[in-house]
Amino acid sequence: MSDYRLKGETGEWEVVIGLEVHAQVSSKAKLFSGAATAFGADPNAQVSLVDAAMPGMLPVINGECVRQAVRTGLALNAAINKQSVFARKNYFYADLPQGYQISQYDQPVVGEGEVEVDLPDGTTKVVGIERLHLEQDAGKSMHDQHPKKSFIDLNRSGVALMEIVSKPDMGSPEEAAAYVSTLRSILRYIGSCDGNMAEGSMRADVNVSVRKPGEALGTRAELKNINSVRFVRQAVEIEALRQIAVIEGGGTVDQETRLFDPSKGETRSMRNKEEAHDYRYFPDPDLLPLEFDDAFVEECRGTLPELPAEKKKRFMESYGLGAYDAAVLVADWEIANYFEEVAKHGDPKQAANWVTVELFGRLNKADKTILESPVSAASLGELLGLMADDTISGKIAKDVFDEMFETGKGAKEIVEAKGLKQITDSGEIEAIVDKVVADNPDQVEKYRGGKTGLIGWFVGQVMKASQGKANPKMVNDLLQKKLDG
Amino acid sequence: MSDPLDLTIAEARDALRAKKISAVELTDAYIKAVEAARPLNCYITETAEQARARAEASDKRIADGKAGAMEGIPLGIKDLFCTEGVLTTAGSHILDGFKPPYESTVTRNLFDAGAVMLGKLNLDEFAMGSANLTSHYGPVKNPWKRRDDDKDLVPGGSSGGSAAAVAARACLAATGTDTGGSIRQPAAFTGITGLKPTYGRCSRWGIVAFASSLDQAGPMTRTVRDAAIMLGAMAGFDPKDSTSVDRPVPDYEAALTGDIKGLKVGVPKEYRVDGMPASIDRLWQQGIDWLKQQGAEIVDVSLPHTKYALPAYYIVAPAEASSNLARYDGVRYGLRVEGESLNELYENTRGEGFGEEVKRRVLIGTYVLSAGYYDAYYLKAQKVRSRIAEDFRKAYEQVDVLLTPATPSAAFGIDEEPSDPVQMYLNDVFTVPANLAGLPGISVPAGMDDQGLPLGLQILGRAFDEETVLRAAHALESAAGFTGRPQFRAG
Repeated sequence: MSDYRLKGETGEWEVVIGLEVHAQVSSKAKLFSGAATAFGADPNAQVSLVDAAMPGMLPVINGECVRQAVRTGLALNAAINKQSVFARKNYFYADLPQGYQISQYDQPVVGEGEVEVDLPDGTTKVVGIERLHLEQDAGKSMHDQHPKKSFIDLNRSGVALMEIVSKPDMGSPEEAAAYVSTLRSILRYIGSCDGNMAEGSMRADVNVSVRKPGEALGTRAELKNINSVRFVRQAVEIEALRQIAVIEGGGTVDQETRLFDPSKGETRSMRNKEEAHDYRYFPDPDLLPLEFDDAFVEECRGTLPELPAEKKKRFMESYGLGAYDAAVLVADWEIANYFEEVAKHGDPKQAANWVTVELFGRLNKADKTILESPVSAASLGELLGLMADDTISGKIAKDVFDEMFETGKGAKEIVEAKGLKQITDSGEIEAIVDKVVADNPDQVEKYRGGKTGLIGWFVGQVMKASQGKANPKMVNDLLQKKLDG
Repeated sequence: MSDPLDLTIAEARDALRAKKISAVELTDAYIKAVEAARPLNCYITETAEQARARAEASDKRIADGKAGAMEGIPLGIKDLFCTEGVLTTAGSHILDGFKPPYESTVTRNLFDAGAVMLGKLNLDEFAMGSANLTSHYGPVKNPWKRRDDDKDLVPGGSSGGSAAAVAARACLAATGTDTGGSIRQPAAFTGITGLKPTYGRCSRWGIVAFASSLDQAGPMTRTVRDAAIMLGAMAGFDPKDSTSVDRPVPDYEAALTGDIKGLKVGVPKEYRVDGMPASIDRLWQQGIDWLKQQGAEIVDVSLPHTKYALPAYYIVAPAEASSNLARYDGVRYGLRVEGESLNELYENTRGEGFGEEVKRRVLIGTYVLSAGYYDAYYLKAQKVRSRIAEDFRKAYEQVDVLLTPATPSAAFGIDEEPSDPVQMYLNDVFTVPANLAGLPGISVPAGMDDQGLPLGLQILGRAFDEETVLRAAHALESAAGFTGRPQFRAG
């Protein structure tokens, strides 16, 4: 358990968190119809007769969605159920045309599993997965388009979602946030979900309860539809503090669904209890049980790429990276690929440093993603190569990189055009060294009198005189020889 | 030539190909018959113009030698099948004005085979009923009357319009759907043949759903041969229906060999129920003798869980219906009765749009699926269902088909509707088990009761063995030589 504690008036409290993450399956068609799923289409432009629940229409399972669910299950080290059942979850709402959502209830396609979550301090934590099931999304109600009417957009109606339910294994806002990040990373690695939280392809229902350390679980509240990692973190803390205040004020926490309002920094109850739903789940008689064989599972397994946890281990072992750097680099597979390309051209640790510090710093500043980087991995590799063979110094390299980032030009091209090539001709350097020594007799006197620290000052003078191009090591060696000699 | 309205599908097919009659002539005769049959209230929508246009197209295809299996055959379509651009009501107020932009797979198959649609036939609302008394469009009258009185009788249900229209010559044949007996029971009440195929044999796509795990479309015809021909055109795998089964459609007509020597016919003792009229008991014995005389071997069998079938059915069917009918909410199509809030819109629309029987079943279904009751009702009913299927499976280890009465009574008066709905449900006692087990069954007119009303015998068979069912039914039909005609005849 996490050592995260919240202080209340009556002492310390533990927080217990479990998440239900809804991830939209990356498939061209919906779960039970052939309608398209692309984001941003005009309202009701992607609605089939099935999605609109016309009379007599029947669902037909989209095999691609099953494949992605199984691949995701495998990536979560989870049990794959070769037989599962689709059930109807019955409730009335205007954006739920069938009057029921086709979901999976007591027999989901994926059972228990676990994920290794990277925490910000470089440590990891294993979070249990309870289940993963496939279900249909509902449409969207818009209440702000007309003074008296609500508008309904059924584009999302029937879109395939994977609901991934964790065990209540998280004990802090950081752990909950890290779990969502790790899950998102895995889904994006295997391509079963694009992980785009802003577009709603991934959202989380967060169950939060509090208890005194060592005591039994408290009553949980469910925070619905949280759509960013940052909000997960905030929502957990705000809700936990609210529950502590309720309990310490002599009240009890209601098991209920709540809405997190990031602008007000509060959570609010969403439904009144009179409307408590009885979903009347029963197996959907329009669909046969979902069945597949071991060969199908193995075929799915065969399509899995190296996953973040494995990649991290490999980065640490074969590149000698630290856990933190490795975790940062593998979080996005595009970044991991970028790094590996760069590392081909130079020292892996240096490559990691340049990607995580120099590149990320510039990308952040420019508000760009790795995919939008003006400097390709090969190009950064080239720059590292120039440092490795002493063509330029590290200091010059940073200036060159700035220009590369700015203009998209290659490292060699910039170095040559600007004449930034390091001076490695010992005669040339010696001439500069001699001049600096000759021009500064007082300093030479002090150095020889014991202030050997002045060597740095001399190096600086030589570098300045060479416009930074002199090889620093040669400068150092020569200066030492001249001053000591 | 004789009256075209008396031709069977087989005869009409031959007459059309021999150019003894044109499809337009045949269709025109039926269009007149449809008009003449209006007092029976069997059609909700008449589509004379489209019928004539289709008949003209049929004549062209016949001339070109491209006639399909149902070419030029004028059909009535139960108004539970969605028909493109033609009002489809399911007998309910809630589907007011609904014209589907799509064609059900079964009607599409029939039209592709050349069939002509005369119109949409009345039915119990959402196929829920056994007497065609629950339709928003009013009751259908049975063309038959008792010998001793002039009372209007029910045609059975839910495919009451289909049965009445076929019997009264207001169409040559009709589609029906059978969830608990809705083809076979009205067929028996009106002296026609009604076949419920194996679950999965005909696509359910585009048929307004009542109870998805039980619904199955089938033909309602005047002869067993016609049922064989029409089933061949209706059946087939449909990738749009996950419960339809991918297996070839045999030549059902070829199965009618007239030879049942050595066929093992089971007689289930549990179908002998208390209070069954003597005429039905007699007819059953008669049926046994007919088959025995033709060389069949009669075997007494037991289907021990039969008595649980009806209660299980009246849990499973309403449960599925309560969910299937949730889509009729006034939001997208059909009736909308406005309200101040979304909930009021639902309440007003569904309150006005659904009739009493539909509401009763939605309530029953909602109840049996509710938390705390699910295990005791729905789950238990599903277990009963497995037992019933197991009963049949064991029986079919001994026999090829089963012979039973089709209904526990003959048609009753429209004003004799039992006040207790459970009494009404008992009409389905002989037909429901086949639905629960997904097996094929056919009702064949085989005799009359004391009042001169038709009675049917039922043949049940193994899954996807419609051929044997049809062969046995054909033998029964030949022996029975049923020639009764209803008092009311269109045209």
